Amino acid sequence: MSAAEAPGTQGPNAGEYIQHHLHHLQMDFSFNSAQQHGLVDFGLFNLDSLIYSILLGVLGCFVLWRAAKKATSGVPGRFQAAVEILSEMVEGQAKGVVRNATSRKLVAPLALTVFVWIFLMNAMDMLPVDMLPALWHSAGPAVGFKDFMRVVPTADLSTTLGLSTSVLLICLFYSVKIKGLGGWTHELVAAPFGDKWFLYPINFLMQLIEFAAKTVSHGMRLFGNMFAGELIFMLIALMGGTWAWQFNPTEGMFWLGVGHVIAGTAWSIFHILVITLQAFIFMMLTLIYVGQAHDSH
Amino acid sequence: MENILGLVALACGIIVGLGALGASIGIALMGGKFLEASARQPELMNELQTKMFILAGLIDAAFLIGVAIALLFAFAKPFAI
Repeated sequence: MSAAEAPGTQGPNAGEYIQHHLHHLQMDFSFNSAQQHGLVDFGLFNLDSLIYSILLGVLGCFVLWRAAKKATSGVPGRFQAAVEILSEMVEGQAKGVVRNATSRKLVAPLALTVFVWIFLMNAMDMLPVDMLPALWHSAGPAVGFKDFMRVVPTADLSTTLGLSTSVLLICLFYSVKIKGLGGWTHELVAAPFGDKWFLYPINFLMQLIEFAAKTVSHGMRLFGNMFAGELIFMLIALMGGTWAWQFNPTEGMFWLGVGHVIAGTAWSIFHILVITLQAFIFMMLTLIYVGQAHDSH
Repeated sequence: MENILGLVALACGIIVGLGALGASIGIALMGGKFLEASARQPELMNELQTKMFILAGLIDAAFLIGVAIALLFAFAKPFAI
């Protein structure tokens, strides 16, 4: 089929399209365009993830602040009722996991923030996959940036591991606060196997592995789900793109357009579940980990 | 080159296939137990449902991470020479 090879000669082919869309807008710290070297590179940051996550955080804060400001003790409107349902849900989950009422004053709002913020960042997946990158394709180079744009901040490993590391820091803070420095150190070396001096190194190693596994899986779970979702949206977009490129009802390619609509609808509906569920799971695990930091062995 | 492409294709198939198998077994066991439990004690249904959704997300995540890695191998070609 000669028509199938046409996109390769004129536009980007499928692999190039995907690779281009998986590239972050990367800057180094003197704000020049940078290229990532290796898997871990601390000399640059992903400007697009930062901008979208901060914007969405501000949006979430603003919406909830509006709700709090206009709240009445009389008959609540629909908006106020929705926000009340949300915060009562989070508070109920927090009560079930974190028993300490003083800690809950910080941890319950933290969980609400995490839930709303991650939900909003995940919800960027619901926008048409090429909309903002296509706008940036015309606008970005005009203002002197590279033509790279990824709109889902949680499909960036830096964002999710940053969030999970912050949760780890909060867990460490509460471990020290609740048990005291001495108590926590004692738990670090005595926890899983028992308080014997010859078991101290093994216990300590086990604790380190536990902390690392918790944090990495916490971040990787969110990243993996969002990254897979984004990639599948791109593949669905490619189906429609191929169809539009070579519109010819007599050829087999015609069914790609139909497949695009069906697959896009199905995956979008399923993805509504996934984004909500992943935000909820991230919140629940945050609460559970902080709750674990309160337990003494 | 062709050899590598073929092996990567096989690997993607195995990643997605085995991951789907495991996730399906996990979801099926958990869903079955959830139905059994809520038939025995319908008053616990709401509480169990929340926990079931959390676990469904946890089970699903491992599979979806596998799918993401497989798609990355298939399209972004990290092993291309």
